Amino acid sequence: MSIGEYIRDSQIWKSIFRHPAPYDRRNRVVVMLTNFFLHLHPVSVKKQGIALSYTWCMGGITFFLFLVETVTGVLLMFYYRPTLEWAYNDILALRDVTTLGIMREIHRWAAHAMVITVWLHMYRVFLTGSYKPPREFNWVVGVLLLVLTLLLSFTGYLLPWDQLAIWAITVGSNMARATPFLGHEGPGAQILNLGGFDLITNASDARFILLGGRFVGENTLNRFYILHCVAIPLVVAGLIAIHFWRVRKDGGISQPL
Amino acid sequence: MVLVALLLSPFVLAWTLLAGTSVIALLATARFMMPNVLIEPPRKFKIGPASDYDLGTVATKLVAQFGVWIVHTDQYRGKNLIYALASVCTHLGCTPSWLAGEQKFKCPCHGSGFYITGINFEGPAPRPLERVGIRLSEDGMLEVDKSIKFQEEMGQWIDPASYYEVVG
Repeated sequence: MSIGEYIRDSQIWKSIFRHPAPYDRRNRVVVMLTNFFLHLHPVSVKKQGIALSYTWCMGGITFFLFLVETVTGVLLMFYYRPTLEWAYNDILALRDVTTLGIMREIHRWAAHAMVITVWLHMYRVFLTGSYKPPREFNWVVGVLLLVLTLLLSFTGYLLPWDQLAIWAITVGSNMARATPFLGHEGPGAQILNLGGFDLITNASDARFILLGGRFVGENTLNRFYILHCVAIPLVVAGLIAIHFWRVRKDGGISQPL
Repeated sequence: MVLVALLLSPFVLAWTLLAGTSVIALLATARFMMPNVLIEPPRKFKIGPASDYDLGTVATKLVAQFGVWIVHTDQYRGKNLIYALASVCTHLGCTPSWLAGEQKFKCPCHGSGFYITGINFEGPAPRPLERVGIRLSEDGMLEVDKSIKFQEEMGQWIDPASYYEVVG
């Protein structure tokens, strides 16, 4: 008995992998169906469907970059404190004194790349007509993922807490003032009042909830940190799972049905 | 009769209750996100007597903490006025700088420029800077109130609450 056979016969191995190696067509199907990670994917795809010239692998690259962001992001959280006192200093320390603090640059460049690849992925899906039935719902999930990717970029932008970050978020969040009904300078906000008492003011509108104050301050830094590190990534991870699963259910990677 | 029976059925009741409590929970969560205590500078504050502010000057000492310039000038409609301009660019909300040499407020973000009066004359800003409330309080000090604002293009700068006129 070889070492390989010994391992594959052990109870530990069998308790983790419920089926033997995919040595024939039937077992290849069974392995795909019984593995949690693989079951999101189609059992088989047509060769033309995964031709690089056809898919550009932009969805795959985007997912890879999301994994890079997750790993580097979690590591960066060990050295970054989202407070007025420490945020900017911790960013400088990552550059100057932390071993492998270059992780932050990887995180930043991967973020830029992810925004680009997610657009190119959408562009490719549009050009190949892969948004058409029965894949319309998956297009909608993709649009949500695009918006969430941009929001991840926006919230991450504030965290270095330098002048560029503070003013970019000041300018960006000023748009929320003009939200219909929910922004204090938006259309319809005047209608929402009770007996002459305005319900939507600069201390109760959408911008106030986003910033946690009337202007970009410590509450904002904390809120954006939580949105960037916890809230949005959780939603994105869930939607990615649905997105991949729907690729399988809707007839595989882009190809004529 | 069948309709009434349906509306009173446990099925409809259960779903109505679930929907109702979900909406209440959603609104409560939105309310939870609004902090009740803000660590922000007061919106109403005293800035000293009018004699602290010389004619033809822009005081920038209050910008960092309170976000206002105190301007004393006779260039707006020929009157000798002290008023408080909010240090928020009317383009996208950055803080312009007062350039004494060029006698203008200049925004570093996109280059908007404003005269000492607060009127915009260059760059993308679509309208003049905003004045906030100012008045002479009982103890002889000027008091600025940032909770009220006055926009020139809406004709609000003629409101006496938007300036303090220096006489004599």
